[in-house]
Amino acid sequence: MSWLTSPASETQVTHGARLWLYAIAVLVLAFLVVPTLIVIPMSFSASQYLEFPPRQWSLRWYEAYFASAAWMQATATSFKAATLTALLATPLGTLAALGLDGARRRVARAAGALLVTPMIVPLILVGIGVFYAYVRLKLVNTLTGVVLAHTMLAIPLVFIVIASSLKQHDASQVMAAKSLGAPPLRAFFAVTLPQIRFGVVTGLLLSFLTSFDEVIVALFVSGGPNSTLTRNMFNALRDQIDPTIAAISTMMIGVTTLLFALSQTLGRRKPAGR
Amino acid sequence: MASAVAGVGTAGNARALARDARRERLAKLALALPALALITIVMLVPVAWLFGLSFLGDDGHATLAHYRRIVAEPAYWRAFVTTFQVSALTTLICIALGYPLAYVLAALPARIAAIALVFVMLPFWTSLLVRTYAWLVLLQRNGLVNALGMKLGLWGAPLTLVNNLPGTLVGMVHIMLPFFVLPLYGAMRAIDRECLKAAASLGASPTRAFLRVFLPLSLPGLVAGALIVFVLCLGFYVTPAVLGGGKVNMVSNQIAADIEIFFDWGGASAQGVVLLVLTLAILGVSARLLPRGRGAGGGAP
Repeated sequence: MSWLTSPASETQVTHGARLWLYAIAVLVLAFLVVPTLIVIPMSFSASQYLEFPPRQWSLRWYEAYFASAAWMQATATSFKAATLTALLATPLGTLAALGLDGARRRVARAAGALLVTPMIVPLILVGIGVFYAYVRLKLVNTLTGVVLAHTMLAIPLVFIVIASSLKQHDASQVMAAKSLGAPPLRAFFAVTLPQIRFGVVTGLLLSFLTSFDEVIVALFVSGGPNSTLTRNMFNALRDQIDPTIAAISTMMIGVTTLLFALSQTLGRRKPAGR
Repeated sequence: MASAVAGVGTAGNARALARDARRERLAKLALALPALALITIVMLVPVAWLFGLSFLGDDGHATLAHYRRIVAEPAYWRAFVTTFQVSALTTLICIALGYPLAYVLAALPARIAAIALVFVMLPFWTSLLVRTYAWLVLLQRNGLVNALGMKLGLWGAPLTLVNNLPGTLVGMVHIMLPFFVLPLYGAMRAIDRECLKAAASLGASPTRAFLRVFLPLSLPGLVAGALIVFVLCLGFYVTPAVLGGGKVNMVSNQIAADIEIFFDWGGASAQGVVLLVLTLAILGVSARLLPRGRGAGGGAP
């Protein structure tokens, strides 16, 4: 009982008097996590109705997923698009953050504001706008089109992540490298990059996920053999609840969890040893 | 004489140095050009194009007809009313659920709070479509929530929990809650706990100390989180489309229908422009209201 009667706050409220508050917090945390996780056991259900807990276990929805040429093609498209988006958006966003780092002028501020516009403009407007442009550029239903649109959407995230890691990095070391005769590129790779590498890793992971999870723009500009996984899932959901989607969702949760774990281990800045 | 020559020399040097510095600054700024060019070509120009289309009638002449229709036709303005209602309700529920959670997390020792925060971050990273699908499965007629509710005797017959407004709200709150909790948690961690001790030592009851000291200090974080949630809700499309069952017609759904079914580019563009202007107006007002550097501590996308 000692924990219950010990003070929990600066105002001497005891833990016991606060149990209701802890209960709410636990319930809200459960609300956040449980619904997504429950899809995983459900995907192994033998029934059409995705029981929980499954009365009979089976891999039939996974077999349906792997046997479907359309789902396999969409999965391949999504992985390709996400990888290319990460490889394009990360250098572009990093360069932009480097260019605007420490710049105080009005031009730089305006450029910074422009760089985050893809996060502000409603996605449906982006979707139909990009579609309208792609019809003229003959990029509708192409992988290039999807990658360019997703790169545009991911640049603001990379820009923000790198800009904040640049704020913590020591600019005087770059000056020192330059004064010792290092060309700008060498100074970047030898001094700046190692200091912002956690930001770069986070940028890569975030831009991969941005593309992998994106629905609305892909709905308008991807299609045919280059239809993305999320586009096919969304269209399937509008018809009826296809249990195959539970299997695909489980796969996507796996990818997310893996990337999240990577970001927590690789993307975390070690405490500065000062 | 010699000193005069030296003077000219240093002035010239200074000028050359300034020119050099200027050139380097410009060269540095140029690093942002590729990203800016891509955003301009793929998004800004097309959106500007749609802006132009929204003022163009079927006959090719300038007109305000598309905007007039948003005001005049119930189907259009109702989508805006629905959007505001859904966004406001989602924001209020997020405050009701998120404030206690952030409060408890901020009071926990940092090490334990970090573990609990993983539970907030994980859904934040999980695909929006997967989470919406999960709710569709859980809330359907023979789904887990109905089964559980009837087993516990909370209700007798299966309830219609999805393909309506409540189902949409559940899905949207689930998606938006981390956006609310993270900045609020940051703001609450930054509150100086000594203020509460001072309030208690001056005789304030715990409730009074919370209401008069903690709540006002956490208000900037609360407002920042609520604004992020509200503004992001305005643009929702996927969740109302999947969980609304055609009964929750938000502006984005109306726009998509206008393009996919009616090929009405002018009308869709006009609604998109109004939605964008409303979003920017709310962001602009909030940027003025909120003190700089506070609240925006979340920094999460």
